Amino acid sequence: MEPFSYIRATAASQATQAAMDHDVRLIAGGTTLLDLMKLDVERPGTLVDINRIGLDGIEKMPNGTLRIGALVRNSALAHHPVVQSDYSVLSQALLAGASAQLRNMATTGGNLLQRTRCMYFRNTAMACNKRAPGSGCSAIEGDNRSLAILGTSKDCIATNPSDMNVALTALEAVITVEGSKGKRDISIADFYLLPGNTPHIETVLARGDLITYVTLPPPRPKAQHVYLKLRDRASYEFALSSAAIVAEVLDGKFSFIRVALGGVGTRPWRSHEAESALLHRSAEPESFRRASVDALREARPQSENAFKIELTKRCIAHALTLATRNA
Amino acid sequence: MTANGNFPKKESGSRVTRRSFLSQIGAAGMVATAAPLIVRAEPAAAPPPVTFPATTEPIENAMSVTLVVNGKSSKVSIDPRTTLLDALRESIGLTGTKKGCDHGQCGACTVHVNGQRINSCLTLAIMHEGDEITTIEGLGDAANLHPMQAAFLEHDGYQCGYCTSGQIMSAVALLKEPCGPGDGDVKELMSGNICRCGAYPNIVAAIQQVRHRA
Repeated sequence: MEPFSYIRATAASQATQAAMDHDVRLIAGGTTLLDLMKLDVERPGTLVDINRIGLDGIEKMPNGTLRIGALVRNSALAHHPVVQSDYSVLSQALLAGASAQLRNMATTGGNLLQRTRCMYFRNTAMACNKRAPGSGCSAIEGDNRSLAILGTSKDCIATNPSDMNVALTALEAVITVEGSKGKRDISIADFYLLPGNTPHIETVLARGDLITYVTLPPPRPKAQHVYLKLRDRASYEFALSSAAIVAEVLDGKFSFIRVALGGVGTRPWRSHEAESALLHRSAEPESFRRASVDALREARPQSENAFKIELTKRCIAHALTLATRNA
Repeated sequence: MTANGNFPKKESGSRVTRRSFLSQIGAAGMVATAAPLIVRAEPAAAPPPVTFPATTEPIENAMSVTLVVNGKSSKVSIDPRTTLLDALRESIGLTGTKKGCDHGQCGACTVHVNGQRINSCLTLAIMHEGDEITTIEGLGDAANLHPMQAAFLEHDGYQCGYCTSGQIMSAVALLKEPCGPGDGDVKELMSGNICRCGAYPNIVAAIQQVRHRA
């Protein structure tokens, strides 16, 4: 690990000011950042510790939304009674991720910015356009079994590894940011960028920005929530494919449906194609099959991950089956 | 091992432990000074705290941090890069917490911070000024084991022992976390602690015994 200087912020404004320097990284849980610093993938000159600036509460707002502080730990969020009852897909996704220890450390804001697990990104000896722009992509010709099939480019096929982000995408969360441009709200649909030819730019955040809150829309009391995660091990493993479903069924037909996918996209993947195939259609296997096919129509497999297309179709269909079993 | 597959019964008072054996070897090495051989009486006393020679060269860019570990405050001077794990082992001399992968993947470094289990390898010591940290040394001692330590002994919840302190710290934290009743629920919540020897069935049995008796 390269040497750095350490500053402990005591207010959000202090953090955003310090973060204007390009050589600064904000540290909260540290589970991604310190891991990458040990690998020399991240080499900040200054670390600003934001663990003591507050932003650690979960609050039901007067307009019915749920406002989650950026420093709420993943375990606290997963076990919060309102999240468990009204936003169960988020609780399920969080508890499907990492280990109990890591969930006690990782924060809501940090998880939004979790970096890819692509082994070439994590190895400074290898070419990687995300880590070293212009150096090439070792994954496209390499070991790409776990990497993305949706939203890829000729320069990057790295997968967004988060489970939480998939659930937040299905829930249409809004991310509040404070920084040099003042305070602004960003829909999660607009937060992540496709890699294109600039895979090193992953979000719309600007220098000096600090994520302060994540807000969930008012709950939908009749919605069924499912997060289904398929992986190589039963626990403590990243998704090969996952599906977050928020569904309402009225008279046997979908009256509301949100579908987001994990483990297959270069960003948390909202499937408007699957949603269009399901809305106002019968909640039955034939609809699930058609939605699965539509969701994967644009998939572009690499040498070793074509299996993810069929796996993801089955993941979506099974998640929809689970979400509608009591309808 | 005897012909019938049993280990010989230990005879209290005359048992030679690995520790007392090694201490005899050490003493034998100095026999020319006519130092008496010291054989420890059973039960073996707790091992002496590990001490490290004071660093002779000053640490560049050192920062001072007060860590409250097992109820005791220690002010240490560390490079900001020092993980909590390294500070516990190298600066404070509490070597019960182990370094396995050093990347948050194996759980050997599990400690409690303010009552919650975390991977001490993926956090900086400097971030924990004033936090209440508990390590395996703070759970119990040889004469007064924590029930989880006693259960691991009873159920043989280890083989080589390297992951054991992390397993026990995780298991003790689990007792206060939401966890379903089944073995599968325990396995899920213990999945962040890897045991290369594969003592998992015995670890689960030890944890379930403590949960049932609680």
